[in-house]
Amino acid sequence: MTRPTPSPTLHIDWTRCQARGACLELLPDLLHPDEDGYPLPAAPARQRTNIPLRAAQLPAAQDAVALCPRLALTLRREK
Amino acid sequence: MTLTTPLPSVAPSPAMPARLFAAGPHADATLHAARFGPLPATTGLVATLRDSGLTGRGGGAFPVAAKIDALTGPPATIIGNGSEGEPLSRKDATLLHHAPHLVIDGLLLLAAALNPKARLVIVARPDGVDSVRHALRERADGRDIEVRVAEDRFVSGEATAVVAGLAGAPALPKDHPLHLTQRGVGRRPTLLFNVETLAHVALIGRYGAGWFRSLGTPEDPGTRLLSINGDGIGEHVLEVPGGTRIIDALTAVGANPDAVQAVLVGGFHGRWVPARHLTRSLTPRPAPDADGAPVGAGVILAIGVETCGLTVTGSILEYLAAESAGQCGPCVLGLPRLATRYAEHASGQEVDASRVWQLIETLPGRGACHHPDGTAALARSALTVFTAELDRHRAGTCCEGPHR
Ligand code: SF4
Ligand code: SF4
Repeated sequence: MTRPTPSPTLHIDWTRCQARGACLELLPDLLHPDEDGYPLPAAPARQRTNIPLRAAQLPAAQDAVALCPRLALTLRREK
Repeated sequence: MTLTTPLPSVAPSPAMPARLFAAGPHADATLHAARFGPLPATTGLVATLRDSGLTGRGGGAFPVAAKIDALTGPPATIIGNGSEGEPLSRKDATLLHHAPHLVIDGLLLLAAALNPKARLVIVARPDGVDSVRHALRERADGRDIEVRVAEDRFVSGEATAVVAGLAGAPALPKDHPLHLTQRGVGRRPTLLFNVETLAHVALIGRYGAGWFRSLGTPEDPGTRLLSINGDGIGEHVLEVPGGTRIIDALTAVGANPDAVQAVLVGGFHGRWVPARHLTRSLTPRPAPDADGAPVGAGVILAIGVETCGLTVTGSILEYLAAESAGQCGPCVLGLPRLATRYAEHASGQEVDASRVWQLIETLPGRGACHHPDGTAALARSALTVFTAELDRHRAGTCCEGPHR
């Protein structure tokens, strides 16, 4: 039986994020700055804390996870 | 905020059922046992709960059986949540005052069915805590149940906030990549139910799924408690069948629907329903295109024809902005900004609607809890429903009071 591979998501811990912007530079098509510099995911409202990623975005997302100075980002695979 | 106000009475309205308060007001252990008998057996409890269709009464309306199914192990902690952060919500305190033994029964039944060794906790506002402690002294089987006072903040009733509070931290929402049923108190599987949900569990355990479904609708089986407040109608807690029409809930507490201009359904994170739609039914979940009004945790606020809904909403938005738990940037900065821009627009000063609407669109989904989402939804609802008032404010006339 083949199960669909769950699409990875980028999780933002909003209690940690302090708008340092590293993720915005690495993922310009996924995240835009709001008027205070906090990431505003292009995803619909329901998916703005667990943002679905396309395969091509995965390497940049991994970099963002590693470089976020506030450790606010995690990659998740389960659905 | 309303901790010292007396609790509403629960004298049954002739038009409405009395299940949760069937043992009468102030049901002590004797009255409770006389009406409901001893605790039932727990064989098949989860299957019965599934058949009953019972959903959580804390606002999310998540199916109780699905939450139990999501557990990744026996629940190490089971929590009855009566934190009731909404200032206008009195149903949990009222339930704990008049029918505490049903809530305790529900908690004990779940423990017996899922993990007899689980840590059991009831969290409530101070008056609810007094009621539960008193009830626990009347019976021998609840000695291990811990009773905790909830913090008096709007967001402290949120599930992850309650769990944080139990760990000795401030009762604030936490980032939760995993659900509590996977990782809650002590990072172990945790079940949290609203206290009213537990009271329904106690009844379903005794009388079964068919009995539960004999009231309400297929979408919203059983009964639910409402906290009804408003201009000239005082404070009431009312039990109604699922799917009850707003107008019937209002008349059951003696309100005159003709004197009502609009009703805020679902509390401060709820939606406005104008007077012409009072025949709409209360629904368990939001259904954007349907003709329903999502009931949330059951708070209903009616405003009279003399009151301006835009202005009322402005005060609620200010309150909600101040209740942001100060943790998540987009919420901490965005909610006060929303309150300000809303006020500028609603008062007619700022004609460009895009400044407030842009915030309403971008706030949701960016917080550790749903406070930004609910606050934006309230603003959206007010600006959508009170368009005539908006026009009047722009034309420089106030729609409230003697200026009418
Ligand atoms: S890199 Fe981290 S702290 Fe900076 S904006 Fe992104 S999530 Fe926030
Ligand atoms: S979203 Fe707002 S209310 Fe919720 S935890 Fe974050 S700061 Fe607090």
